[in-house]
Amino acid sequence: MSVIVAFLLFAFVLGVGLGVGLVPGLHPVFGRYVPWLAFLFFVGGVIWRVLRWASSPVPFRIPTTAGQNRSLDWIKPSRLDNPTTTLGVIGRMLLEVLFFRSLFRNTRAEVHEGPQVAYGSSKWLWAGAMAFHWSFLIILLRHFRLFMEPAPFFATGLASLDGFFQIGIPALYVTNILILAGLSYLLLRRLLDPQLRYISLPADYFPLLLLLGIVLTGVMMRHLDPFRVDLIKVKQLALGLVSFDTAAVVPKGIGATFWVHLVFITTLLFYFPLSKLMHAGGVFLSPTRNLANNNRARRHVNPWNPEVEVHEYDHWEHEFHDKIVACGLPLDNPADEEA
Amino acid sequence: MSGGGTPKGFPTPEELASVDLQSVPIKGWMDPRINFEGRRGTWSYPAAAKNLRYLKMHNPREWSPTDEDWKLPPDWKKTILNGMADRLERFRSFKIMMDICVRCGACSDKCHFFIGSGDPKNMPVLRAELLRSIYRRELTTVGKILGGLAGGRELTVDVLKEWYYYFFQCTECRRCSVFCPYGIDTAEVTMIARELLNLVGLNINWVLEPAANCQRTGNHLGIEPHAFVDNIDFFLDEIEENVGYKPEVPINKKGADVLFITPSGDVFADPAIYTLMGYFLLFDFLKKKHGFNWTMSAYASEGGNFGLFTSNEMVKRLNAKMYREAERLGVKWILGGECGHMWRVVNQYMDTMNGPSPSNLVIPESPFTPTIFTNAASTKMVHITEFTADLIKHKKLPLDPSRNDRYRVTFHDSCNPARAMGLFEEPRYILQNACNNFWDMPRSTIRESTFCCGGGAGLGNDENFEMRMRGGLPRGNAVRYMQKKHGVNVLSCICAIDKATLPPVCDYWAPGVEVAGVHELLANALVIKEGEVRENNLRGEPLAVESDQTEGQD
Repeated sequence: MSVIVAFLLFAFVLGVGLGVGLVPGLHPVFGRYVPWLAFLFFVGGVIWRVLRWASSPVPFRIPTTAGQNRSLDWIKPSRLDNPTTTLGVIGRMLLEVLFFRSLFRNTRAEVHEGPQVAYGSSKWLWAGAMAFHWSFLIILLRHFRLFMEPAPFFATGLASLDGFFQIGIPALYVTNILILAGLSYLLLRRLLDPQLRYISLPADYFPLLLLLGIVLTGVMMRHLDPFRVDLIKVKQLALGLVSFDTAAVVPKGIGATFWVHLVFITTLLFYFPLSKLMHAGGVFLSPTRNLANNNRARRHVNPWNPEVEVHEYDHWEHEFHDKIVACGLPLDNPADEEA
Repeated sequence: MSGGGTPKGFPTPEELASVDLQSVPIKGWMDPRINFEGRRGTWSYPAAAKNLRYLKMHNPREWSPTDEDWKLPPDWKKTILNGMADRLERFRSFKIMMDICVRCGACSDKCHFFIGSGDPKNMPVLRAELLRSIYRRELTTVGKILGGLAGGRELTVDVLKEWYYYFFQCTECRRCSVFCPYGIDTAEVTMIARELLNLVGLNINWVLEPAANCQRTGNHLGIEPHAFVDNIDFFLDEIEENVGYKPEVPINKKGADVLFITPSGDVFADPAIYTLMGYFLLFDFLKKKHGFNWTMSAYASEGGNFGLFTSNEMVKRLNAKMYREAERLGVKWILGGECGHMWRVVNQYMDTMNGPSPSNLVIPESPFTPTIFTNAASTKMVHITEFTADLIKHKKLPLDPSRNDRYRVTFHDSCNPARAMGLFEEPRYILQNACNNFWDMPRSTIRESTFCCGGGAGLGNDENFEMRMRGGLPRGNAVRYMQKKHGVNVLSCICAIDKATLPPVCDYWAPGVEVAGVHELLANALVIKEGEVRENNLRGEPLAVESDQTEGQD
């Protein structure tokens, strides 16, 4: 059911893309104003979401400790998995954000006859996620060749590194292979693993389809003859887009594949702030990861620390007075004895 | 109390463990209906009205989950939704955890209840989705428009019933949060869900009775001061009988240097009582030899805090007694005993809730070694294994580990000292010095990856026995593995709930393995006087090792 909804939604976006590609009259709108709107929505939306999260306080310091804490001098603390300093927290966050440290721990539990519970290493999800996210970043940076004139050094540098193996003309990018492999794996495991299919919502399939759509149209434009586009015109359009210049001309005859590609990207920009893709921002604010485990050494303040009713010692002594006397414990208020 | 043995007619371990983690129901998870009658053994009885009244909590009444009508207040829906909205504004954790899960599934098989039951709603991701689906539908714009397409569900009475079932089927052990790439912590989600359920009077007695007792008498078991003193006197006689030596235990003593607080399970329940005897021997040794000036309290007579399984306000109420009593008695610092969730509270909540600590408290310094516990500089509370490990390191404790030679020992990391503190090496160091035979369990089942006993967070009651045994499968199975491989016969731990719930887990999954506190084993090994000869350990068992004890099959 979730799969069908996601596919239908994706088909709709694809339809819009093809429509735009085939109707040149729509190009000025979908080549300028819609992407601009999408970009503003994306930036504004992400900022708004992060500010909304940040507006809620962090009442308690609750890091998940995944290593030895700092206690006695002769016991080696685990500075990254259980940080007690800001530097340690930064290290933990970098490992988490850049290398998906927690996901790297993944194991797979199986219950065999006997009974015997076994835990196997399970790094494929980590590998798939790493392949996708890193390739995505590099591909995004590579695209700055289209957004800047002259092309920035990092974009040309990355492109030549990425095409290092020089397979085919134009050179095949390693990241294109990796991102396709990564995304395909992430989608296939959702479709084929019964557990994952059970927990998956349309919102889990749709972004994968959208991203695959973006990557596939990109690869088609580069490598498959019937879909090749005029790069000079693409760059002309891209420069117009990033200049936010309403007077810039939308070049004619780029090719339909490009328009599908652009509509997918535009959709992604709109979709991002509304969706689980915001995990990209949220992970930085996650209180189980971004706080130091130094609670006993440094007091953490809760801005809404509530007043509560405590059963004070005096009341306690009064309530159990006779029993306290009977067992010979000292009294704070011997005057009570008469009462 | 738990530990009454396996009920008659209960499935065999082979039968209970025949779960298929890969099979999922044909029907999707959004249908909330639960057949409570058919699932007896996997849920806990509701809180008695008297306990709610005593604590001034919402909607006290007599009811049962098998009833059709749960006697909810008329405006229950508004109460829950307002409660949710309010907590989204007060807890960044909650807001983030409602928004950023990508359902990658990394957490799915990390939960002991899922591994032992195969029920997909015990996958941490789905447990949280039970709440998230309501959040999306009722409190987000996209969800209000798209409803089910956006993974939203309407809040109904059936959903509340489902929450009651599954949020009192999570032990807040945080194992899933170790593996989550965003640190989403089901314990946090469950704690908020339980706060919400409490707003309309849905809670379990095994949590609220201890909480009410603790509020009134100072401890979960409702032991009044004279009984507290009597129990301790009884244990002192017991120690004398087995060890030939009677320690002194000061209670409510003003002017002591150190206030010692331990869970009341230590004062009441076998085998935790042997841990208590262990503390007494250790402290008395330190007193006689070095003048250790300590006291217990009959008012702050509870280390544990079942408020943690109720609401943050309740945590604060029950925890307040620690600092209040430390101030009244004029001690310098507080020493805390072997307990799991107590240390979650002490390490992550106490100072924030009830601090700054009273001015008479100072940064804890060991009276016998040069050690200053700077890691407790603000809270002023030291963990007993930190204290003892430091003493051993500085050669202050003469130990004869051969006295524990009848024991072949492994160590169970309790959830909270593991994942809310990171206390891994201290207890192991003590065990390695106090025992000649010590082995760790497989790496996937210890330290930050340790498995829950299956009965934490208030679920260690008898009516929930089946779920406890299911949840105990991963731990019990690892113990069984050690039993076969190394002849292990003692599972040692530093948590009073463990000491109550692991014995039945071991009886069921690894029969023949006993449970013992770290300080019980330490005190067995502690040479109190030079040339001291002991015939019995703290349990009154002869120290002499019987031969051919090990099974030794690999």
